[in-house]
Amino acid sequence: MSTPIHALHQWAAMLFVVVLAIAGECLIAAGMRRLGDLDRYRTSPGLRGYLGPVRAVLASRFFLVGAFCMAVNFFAMLYALSIAELSLAAPAIAALTYIGNAIAAKFFLHENVDRRRWLAAIFVCIGVLLLAH
Amino acid sequence: MKHTLTPQRYLILLCVMLTASVGDTLLSRGMSQVGPVDLHHLGLLFTALTNLNVIAGIILLIGFFASYTTALSWADLTFVMPATAFGYVVIALLSRFWLHETLSLYRWAGIGLIVCAVGFVANGPSLTEHPELDQMDAGAGR
Repeated sequence: MSTPIHALHQWAAMLFVVVLAIAGECLIAAGMRRLGDLDRYRTSPGLRGYLGPVRAVLASRFFLVGAFCMAVNFFAMLYALSIAELSLAAPAIAALTYIGNAIAAKFFLHENVDRRRWLAAIFVCIGVLLLAH
Repeated sequence: MKHTLTPQRYLILLCVMLTASVGDTLLSRGMSQVGPVDLHHLGLLFTALTNLNVIAGIILLIGFFASYTTALSWADLTFVMPATAFGYVVIALLSRFWLHETLSLYRWAGIGLIVCAVGFVANGPSLTEHPELDQMDAGAGR
């Protein structure tokens, strides 16, 4: 039976997953935005030319810290799924991550999150919850 | 300035949409063939790496990460996000038309909302102007 303390434990674990996902995605987005269009880093037209963009991405500290957050997020997700039901955890985490990303993108990445994008984030949240119904 | 996307960039967004959902589906199918993995049978994880579905799933998920990071280099996070959400629609449609599962009205409504969200964002600009960052780019010389 689910006690209030168990429910609190579940939500704390899910919120931790959400915070890690938002931090990871924002840091990766900030790193990629600073690098700009990756085509500029291509050294030659062939497949070897892609080594330039790969090197540039792997040299970005923002990207590396973001990727680390995403790796920790993966294990935190496994933990959250071990204490919460999949039908609750998966849609709740996805929906909270979408809204959290939109807020973080506005305040940390200074993106122009206009009415259209807010509406899209809300529609995606409700859509994900309905798909999990 | 309104940032519009070239056909090549739309193709990368299509890769973001398809690779994650199809990759997850292949991994799920492969792992159900391998069987449950627990702490006493961790060797099964190595057996899983010889399963064709798992291999294809991993390759597609690497492709997803590559296309996702590429998209973030020329588009806002809030522009790319709905594209990743479209993966849920692809999974739902695959389960309906490939696995012949029944989709409830709730799920069709969810699909409709996510499609609308992608439509809203796709009609707008893909990138927010950041003059100070653009100056840094110019200063970097590359």
